[in-house]
Amino acid sequence: MQFIVCIKQVPETTDVRIDPKTNTLMREGVVSIINPFDMYAIEEAVRLKERVGGKVTAISMGPPQAEAALREAIAMGVDTGILLSDRAFAGSDTWATSYTLSRAIRKIGEFGVILCGKQASDGDTAQVGPGMATHLDLPQVTYVRKIETIDDKHLVAERLLESGFEVIDIQLPCLLTVVKEINEPRLPSLKGKMAAKKAEIVKWTAQDLGAESEKIGLNGSPTKVVKIFTPQPRQGGKVLKGEPSEIVPQLVQELRDIVLGSAS
Amino acid sequence: MSSESSIKVLESRCVGCKLCVKACPFGAIVVENKLARIDLAKCTLCGACVEACRFEAIELKKAVQASADLSGYRDVWVFAEQVDGRIQSITYELLGEGRKLADQLRMNLCAVILGSGIKEQTSELVARGADKVYVADRPELAYFQDEAYAAVLIDLVKRHKPNVFLCGASTIGRSLISRVAVSVKAGLTADCTGLAIDPATGNLLQTRPAFGGNIMATIITPNHRPQMATVRHKVMKEAQRDPARQGKILVEAVADALLKSRAKRINFVEETGNVVNLAEANIIVSGGRGLQKPENFQLLRDLAGVLGAAVGSSRAAVDANWMPYSHQVGQTGKTVCPKIYFACGISGQIQHLVGMSSSEVIVAINKDPEAPIFKVATYGVVGDALKIVPMLTEEFRKVLGK
Repeated sequence: MQFIVCIKQVPETTDVRIDPKTNTLMREGVVSIINPFDMYAIEEAVRLKERVGGKVTAISMGPPQAEAALREAIAMGVDTGILLSDRAFAGSDTWATSYTLSRAIRKIGEFGVILCGKQASDGDTAQVGPGMATHLDLPQVTYVRKIETIDDKHLVAERLLESGFEVIDIQLPCLLTVVKEINEPRLPSLKGKMAAKKAEIVKWTAQDLGAESEKIGLNGSPTKVVKIFTPQPRQGGKVLKGEPSEIVPQLVQELRDIVLGSAS
Repeated sequence: MSSESSIKVLESRCVGCKLCVKACPFGAIVVENKLARIDLAKCTLCGACVEACRFEAIELKKAVQASADLSGYRDVWVFAEQVDGRIQSITYELLGEGRKLADQLRMNLCAVILGSGIKEQTSELVARGADKVYVADRPELAYFQDEAYAAVLIDLVKRHKPNVFLCGASTIGRSLISRVAVSVKAGLTADCTGLAIDPATGNLLQTRPAFGGNIMATIITPNHRPQMATVRHKVMKEAQRDPARQGKILVEAVADALLKSRAKRINFVEETGNVVNLAEANIIVSGGRGLQKPENFQLLRDLAGVLGAAVGSSRAAVDANWMPYSHQVGQTGKTVCPKIYFACGISGQIQHLVGMSSSEVIVAINKDPEAPIFKVATYGVVGDALKIVPMLTEEFRKVLGK
C-alpha cells in the first residue's frame, strides 16, 4: 500500500523573537524545522509501511530550501520526497495550498492513506488536511491518537475529542490528521541518513501539476492578509511577597469576584 | 489585466530608507546600495511593505479577478455545535459576537443546528439572539460525522447564501468547516480572536494570532462569500439569554444522498473522573514538573473541584506520563483562554506560554523566582506549589462557602 505524508517546513517557533527596536519578527538566523506535528505523521506512515508493507511518499510545498525537510523525512524511513515549488504558489492560503497538494496527490496515483499533522505550528489553522480530503473527495478522521487496525479496505482509528475519544471505522483511501499522542518519532538511523543524502528529490512546478492558475497562489486564495502587527507583549504583574499564610488569603480576595462571576 | 500577482521595487522612487525592511514580517527585504531588494523566495506578497513605504516605491499587483456579484449573500450564520443534544457554550459566544456583526450589516442572525431530536434546543438559540434557526434533524446526524455534516451544511450554504458564517474553533468545528469552505470556494480564517465589519466595504475584518501568538494578522475575504471564520473559545462574550425573544424556526428537508458516510463511529469513550472540558473551562488549574510526582496532581484536582475548574498540564508532566495528553496546554497541546489560569510548578517555557498567555488572569506558583512564568503572571507567588495549592483550596472553600 502507498502512504502519503504531507509536511511543511516552519520556523522553529522557540527562535522567533521580536526585535525590541523595530517591534517586528526577527527571522534572521531562524532555524527551519519540520512542523512538529508532521513528525508524528511521518513516523506513523513509516510504521504503517512496516506493518502492512508498501512505500511512503512525502510531499512538501514550499521554497526550494524545503528540500531539507524532505531529506529529513527520508532519513526517518520515507522512500520518496516530492517538492512542490514554484513562484506561482506564493501567497497561497489554505484553500490554494490544499488544492495544490491535492493536485500532486492525484499525480502520484493510487494510495491507501494520506497522513498530515493536525496543524502547522506557524499558521495553526488545521485547515489544509480536511481541505485536501475535500478536494480529493476522501473521507477523513482528524486528531487521530491511535490507529488500531488496518487492512486493504479500511482502518480503525481513535479520534481525540474534547470530552474523550471516539473509535472510527473508515474506508480506504482516506485522510488522517494526527496528534502528538499517536507515537514517538524515531531518530534517523545511519542508513537513513545515507539514504537521505543520496536521495533524488522529485521537483514539481505548477505546470507539472496541471494546476489551474486561478486556483493557486495569491490568485487562488479567497483570503487576503491586510495587516500584520505585533501584539503588545503581556506584562508581568504583582509578585506577592511574604509568608504563605498571609499571601494566600490576599490572593483569594483578589480572585474571589472572578471566581464567583465564572460560576454558571 | 494580469493573471499573476507580482511585487517590485520602483527604483526611481526608492530612497533606501529601510522602512519596508522593518515592516516585513518575513525578513524578505534587504537594502543594498540605497535600494530595497525583495527576496521573492521569502516574500508572501502580504503587502506589509507597501503600507509602510512613504514613497510609494513598492508596487504590488494583485491578480485582477472578475469580481463576483456578492449582493445575493445575506445574513450572518453561526454553526450551533451540539454534543449529545447539549449546545456547546462556544455557540453562545458566537451568537453574542454574531449579533453585533449582523446589526452592523443590517442582516439577520441565523443559527444552524444539525442533530437528531434537537428541535427543543432551537428556542434556546432564539433566546440567545438568533432571528432564524435552520434545523436539520435526522437520526443519521445524531453525532458529528465529518462527511454527512459537511454535505448538509454545503447544501444549506448553497441554497441560502449566507454573507458571514462563523463556527467554533473546536475539534468538530475545525474538522467540519474546512470541508465546507473548500467545497463552496469560500475564504476561511482559523481561530479568530477579533471580528469587526469594515464600514467602508462591509467586509469582515478577521484578526487572528499566528506564529504562536507572536504576530497578529488581520484577514479579509473580499471577493468570495460566505466570509467564513472559526473563533477561539472564551474570547467573545456569551449572548445573554432573553426568553421573550422571537425567532423563526426553519426545519430543512435533508436529502438522503447527503447523509452518506464512508466513516462510522463504532464507539465513544468518555473521559472519566472529575473532568471539566479544558477549552470551555472558565478556570484552569495546571501543573508541571514542580509537582514532583503524579499523585500530587490530586492537589490540583481538589482545588479544581472547589472552583469548578478544569485540570491542565505542562508538556513535561505529560511526557512523564503523569497526565494524559488530552490535558496538555501549550504548543503541541491545547490553546486555552480561561478567566483564571493557575500555573503550579510550571516554569513557563515559551511552548507553554503560547498556549495560555491570553488568559485573563494568570496566577503563577513556583519555587524559582527567576522562572519565566512570572514574566506573564498577573499574580506571582514564589513558593512551593505543594504547600500553597492546598492552602488555596482551603481558603477558597471558606470564602465560597463550600
